[in-house]
Amino acid sequence: MITKTTRLRRGIDLVIAIVACGFLLFPLYWMVNVSLTKPQNLIQTPPSLFPSDPTLDGYVQALSTQLPNLVTSLVISIGCVILTLAIALPAAFAMAKFKVRGTGAVMFVFLLAQMIPGIVLVTALFAIYNALGLLNTYQGLILADATASVPFAVIILRAFMLGIPDELIEAARIDGASNWRAFVSIVIPLSRNSIVTAGLFSFLFAWADFLNANSLTSGNSIVPFTLGLYRYIGSTTTNWNGIMATAVIASIPAAILLIVAQKYVAAGVTAGAVKD
Amino acid sequence: MTDTAVLAAPVAGGAASRPPARRRPRLRLRLAALGFMAPVVIFLAVFFVYPIIRGFVLSMQDFGPSSFITGDADFVGIDNYVTVVTDPIFGTIAWHTVLFTVVSLAGQFAIGMALALFFTRRFPLSATFRSLILLPWLLPLIVSATAWRWIFDQQFGVLNAAIGSQVGWLTDPAVSLWAVIIANIWLGIPFNMVLLHGGLQGIPESLYEAAALDGASRWRTFWSITWPLLRPVTAVTLLLGLVYTIKVFDVIWILTKGGPANSSHTIATWAYEQSFTDLQFGVGAAAGEILVVVALIFGFIYIRAQRKETFG
Repeated sequence: MITKTTRLRRGIDLVIAIVACGFLLFPLYWMVNVSLTKPQNLIQTPPSLFPSDPTLDGYVQALSTQLPNLVTSLVISIGCVILTLAIALPAAFAMAKFKVRGTGAVMFVFLLAQMIPGIVLVTALFAIYNALGLLNTYQGLILADATASVPFAVIILRAFMLGIPDELIEAARIDGASNWRAFVSIVIPLSRNSIVTAGLFSFLFAWADFLNANSLTSGNSIVPFTLGLYRYIGSTTTNWNGIMATAVIASIPAAILLIVAQKYVAAGVTAGAVKD
Repeated sequence: MTDTAVLAAPVAGGAASRPPARRRPRLRLRLAALGFMAPVVIFLAVFFVYPIIRGFVLSMQDFGPSSFITGDADFVGIDNYVTVVTDPIFGTIAWHTVLFTVVSLAGQFAIGMALALFFTRRFPLSATFRSLILLPWLLPLIVSATAWRWIFDQQFGVLNAAIGSQVGWLTDPAVSLWAVIIANIWLGIPFNMVLLHGGLQGIPESLYEAAALDGASRWRTFWSITWPLLRPVTAVTLLLGLVYTIKVFDVIWILTKGGPANSSHTIATWAYEQSFTDLQFGVGAAAGEILVVVALIFGFIYIRAQRKETFG
């Protein structure tokens, strides 16, 4: 039975939660607010807390100047998802379902991968790409972005596949199915949720990449939105509504991820800290 | 690959023929495993292990602007390391790195812990609010950093308007490092909250009930039950956070580029500047290797702490 005091306490907790969330998410609210504000209203002090005189000009500007960059990011991100899953799925299967001796070593390399600073890796990649002619190429960026998402995807997929009963795979083998068949027609369909999660996170990693894009491309050959936005900030002091509108549009994939895969997001945050 | 992956299970008929037949499946199983592992092993070798080695070699090469074209870079031994360590700015930048890391960690951990504790309470929409707080972690860093750039703006920023000051958060060398620390704390809160919240879920409810029966205050309960039992998770959270924080690059680069006048440079951003702005890739790589060593030291402490947590 819920007593009056319990109800009161829950009410107070709810209010605290709203205040804490509001405070923590304020920068994001501010981004939306600015994106809807006219430039002349942005330079008034104190700034208006609400878009009292809203305009969509910022979004028009964002789409007219940044749309190609968003498309570039989309291409790179999708490429990264495909590459990541193609590499990570079979590996996760082997590590979960065969007692592969190298599993420990591979997991150890993954742990290392989290510790090596991105700037160190990208500096070395620059020297390698320079020699191989991979600078300013889509392949080069996709491969570089996949260095972050492959370990992550293997960890998530393997953890899920460990839970698939061995009997299911055994049964398929007894029916004469090859390992490849068992993998394609049993393991992959059963792992659908974890594949979606790993895929979404891989997408998001590549979508958010700034370091690789800033280091492995130059000029206007390939400009993902992260780079476009970065240059946009540097070049303008007045069009902040356009800048923020770009930022809002660029947040859409993350928002979708939070809604679609809410359960898995917390798991994603901690996947780096998984055991083994 | 498909063919080598065939398992010979149906071939193994008859009890008598079993022992010799068993050997072959095992070999085939191993071949299959090899086939499934091949892509990841090749990928890791080419795009992770090799770059690590290349980075180390690079740190001992004179790889400057002309090396791009010719591809030649002389081996110079530890010269680049000497250049880094004797640079008059290095001491300052090392200190910035320590300050950035320690203050960021302390802030993220304290706020993350407060939120984690708060969210163990039962109230409506608790889970929804908890996942909303994860948004900063999910957004592309350039997006959050862009928001912070405008919030920190000296003239029109909402932060100065709110506290009624005229601080040049990103333009005054005296405060720029603090500005990037504030933004970085904000970014790290979700990570700390999620890990600590997970740890708190693992503490048996019965202990709290017993403490309540004994009339222990909330303060007392926290220090006598929660804190000691959470210690392994705390250790893992802080160590992993440290390894992540020490290599932070994007936030600083996007907000201040390490400036003004090097005032917000850490080793990570400075190393990057050496490589990609000054085109002294050898020097940049050497500065980066220093970071690698520090990260690895704490990384191994982390792995040990995690083992302890797992095996008691």
